[in-house]
Amino acid sequence: MSSSLSISSSISQPAASSLVWQRLQRNPVSFAALCVIVLIAAAAISAPIVAPYAPDATDPAASLQPPSWHHALGTDEFGRDQLSRIIFAARVDLLVAFAATFVAVSIGGLLGAVVGYSRGWTDTIAMRIVDALMAFPAFVLAMGITAGLGNSTTNVAIAISITQIPAYLRLTRGEMLRLREMEYADAARTVGNPTWRIVLIHLLPNCLPPLIVQATLSTGFALLTMASLSFIGLGIQPPQSEWGVMTAEGASQIVTGEWWLFLFPGLAIMTSVLAFNLIGDGLRDLLDPRMRGLR
Amino acid sequence: MGFFNYVMRRFALALPTLFGVSVICFTLTYLLPGNPAMVKAGPFATPEHLAEMEHQMGLDRPFPEQYYRYVSGIFKGDLGESASTGRPVSQDFLQRLPATLELNLASLLIAIVIGLPLGVLSAVHRDTLIDHIGRVVGIMGVAMPSFLTGLLFVYVFFYMLNLAPSPLGRLGPGIEPPAHITGLYVIDSLLTGNWTTLRSSLNQLMLPAATLGLSAIAPVARMVRSTMLEILESDYIKAAWAAGLPRRTVIYRDALRNALIPVITISGIVFGFLMAGNAVVESVFSWPGIGNYAVTALLTKDSAPIQSFILFVAVTCVMVNLAVDIAYGLVDPRIRFS
Amino acid sequence: MTELLEISDLTVHFEINQGAIEAVDHINLTIRRGEVLGLVGESGSGKSVTSFAILRLIRPPGRVSGSVHFDGVDLGRLSEEEMRRMRGAKIAMVSQTPRTALNPLLTVGKQISRLLMVHAGLSPREADKKMLEMLRLVRIPAPEKRAKQYPHQLSGGMCQRIMIAMALATSPQLLLADEPTTGLDVSIAAKILDLLRELSAKTGAAIMLVTHDLGVVAEICDRVAVMHAGQVVECAPVRELFHNPAHPYTKALVRSIPRVDRDVVLEPIPGSVPSLVNPPSGCRYAGRCEWVMDRCRVARPTMIEAGPGHVVACYGFEERRGTC
Repeated sequence: MSSSLSISSSISQPAASSLVWQRLQRNPVSFAALCVIVLIAAAAISAPIVAPYAPDATDPAASLQPPSWHHALGTDEFGRDQLSRIIFAARVDLLVAFAATFVAVSIGGLLGAVVGYSRGWTDTIAMRIVDALMAFPAFVLAMGITAGLGNSTTNVAIAISITQIPAYLRLTRGEMLRLREMEYADAARTVGNPTWRIVLIHLLPNCLPPLIVQATLSTGFALLTMASLSFIGLGIQPPQSEWGVMTAEGASQIVTGEWWLFLFPGLAIMTSVLAFNLIGDGLRDLLDPRMRGLR
Repeated sequence: MGFFNYVMRRFALALPTLFGVSVICFTLTYLLPGNPAMVKAGPFATPEHLAEMEHQMGLDRPFPEQYYRYVSGIFKGDLGESASTGRPVSQDFLQRLPATLELNLASLLIAIVIGLPLGVLSAVHRDTLIDHIGRVVGIMGVAMPSFLTGLLFVYVFFYMLNLAPSPLGRLGPGIEPPAHITGLYVIDSLLTGNWTTLRSSLNQLMLPAATLGLSAIAPVARMVRSTMLEILESDYIKAAWAAGLPRRTVIYRDALRNALIPVITISGIVFGFLMAGNAVVESVFSWPGIGNYAVTALLTKDSAPIQSFILFVAVTCVMVNLAVDIAYGLVDPRIRFS
Repeated sequence: MTELLEISDLTVHFEINQGAIEAVDHINLTIRRGEVLGLVGESGSGKSVTSFAILRLIRPPGRVSGSVHFDGVDLGRLSEEEMRRMRGAKIAMVSQTPRTALNPLLTVGKQISRLLMVHAGLSPREADKKMLEMLRLVRIPAPEKRAKQYPHQLSGGMCQRIMIAMALATSPQLLLADEPTTGLDVSIAAKILDLLRELSAKTGAAIMLVTHDLGVVAEICDRVAVMHAGQVVECAPVRELFHNPAHPYTKALVRSIPRVDRDVVLEPIPGSVPSLVNPPSGCRYAGRCEWVMDRCRVARPTMIEAGPGHVVACYGFEERRGTC
């Protein structure tokens, strides 16, 4: 069962849904941000229907046109429609951002729970590795890993995951160190639960709120990293549509004044990252009052 | 004595991290495409020749031994050879380092000169207009990709307004670099009184430094704001108000001075931030620094420069953090005398 | 001649989401020149807020009403700058948390001498000289050496002496001492109290001593005001209060003092300080009171005379006095 399914089923219950709705209304900015992401995701999923043109349909007669009725966001030098390309590009961008974050949360969360609960030398070694990994600025490490694994969308996702795992590991470990001393952990131990059960069933769910907040914030960061990597020519290769690649293509047109080519894909990146951050901020207020005002 | 121990302890804590960093970089070397033996032997080498080359370079030795060779190579300043320039990477690096340094320092300056007051003001005038402005700037600064900022700057200031020179390198066309002293053109031309070069180098530096600096304003302002808020709520600030000290003294001497200690840490974090950002910004502005060098190497699958760049950035970050810890100790009497 | 400090109808509200916290509710207090007034009550009864309100240091979401006259001057009418010149110079404060109330980045000597420079306009050299004098006055051994040290290098008792030196350096007429002995060892606390008493006698400064400890009150105060849940319920000279407590709360407080000379059972006060969020009208002690009557829950008792210099706000007391 995926987690999104369980969320939607809980929303169908009137009590839970009205609670979520109530709380969301208190934070209109985050709610608007959530709508933006849902909108972009919906457009990406139904891209073949929504997009006015095929993303790779060239039209030499209509090359380098500024925004107009026919091409809302203009066309590139091959006459490809910018809006359609941006919509199709959302598929790659969102997919990689979500997938990389999901993998990083799963691996980092599990490892963090295990080392935090067991402590001892596994914990010491794990934290040393985490320290070393965190010594690299995330983007630079992602650059190195992508370069090592080879240019492909999957490898970019892997690289971004690896750079994010340490943060989740550290976060879950810290929570685990705290939770394992709680009375209900003692209670669970006393009645003879196996260790894996205590960790996975009794304690890990309590680490989820801060993990979810962190995950939302870093989905935006994953998207930004991926766009930056493809901007400098790593990962997704042209003619595949991707926001970073499109911005880079637009950059070469800048000296001749075709501003729409770099601006719109760049704005698409910015809007999405902004939305993820705002949702994360809202979620933090909602789920984890302790962390309020920290950022 | 206490301070000496403190410094030594910090050093000892940095060592395992450095070890880990070197292992990670070495592992990346294994992953990176482009067999160095193949590069050295040339494209037309026979398999026998290649095997001979691999043997010569120790590539058939066990992993730990290769790691040992790798690390001792680094200590001797041997970072390998660039396939595209055909020169030792260490030489290429040294030549490009001043450009990166100049860009990063200028950006750090911008980030602190704007971010620090912004953070202080939003904390002091909490929940007023300036705080909200600061928050918006912060959120935008985090979400805005630096290449977009850079491109917008180029479009507006170069293409539209023609206020900035074309975004190509450190000096305008036909301008000679100043005599080499520090390698930072702005400083060197100042020192030699070379005004034409100074003007040109400042012009060229303006946009990339603003781009990179802008991306770092948000984290600086945010961190300053939260430390400042915490300090304004502290007992000694309440006591300072109760003692009738003037507002200026309380906020800008007592509170700010205490807030500046964490700011030292912040500048360490921001430095890492700038290091990560300069690959992108340097390539937008064709700035001939090590970030641009690494990006060019990425595109030509030239592995030695990439590895060296990653290693260099990570080691620099560890060192900067170490220096930050030590500076912290110098400023804070609680560490200095304990 | 006017009283040194006259507080009338002082009220402090804190606006929060759930309504308003009435931390201090219409209190009236006077402090005479040179006297030591004890302000007693359980924690959360609004004692510290009162001293911050006197200094006009309540910030939003806090709101203050009522008036405070100091030496005949209405503090509420002063400009912010005039008020700042009052703080530390005429009305000084000794904090509850000496270790954290000193700036960690300044030597303690500097913290005292800069006050002298700000309030008395002394030159740095004069200020340093006076600072060392003050350190000697509060009996800090080796003052020249201590002056160059940072707060974290000194013990809690030593920091409190520094705070007292700091407060008295500018010869204020009123010292607000907010739980000056919390967190100190008993023997050190006693020395600090002796010091306060002695210095107040020497400099003529009045002291408002905020505390939850009646033992401390008995030791150094001239008069006592008892606070409960933001209201002053009784005010009397110290002997009178201990021998003839009028308010049931004061009676309970007195009964809860441990005694070594008599073998009595300690009685804790039932219940706890009521919530100050949107409190009910009427006496706030009603919920815990043994004498409670219907009118106590509706209307607020006013202060009545219970003896020479002794006032109390209690309907129960009124009834009982009327009958006997």
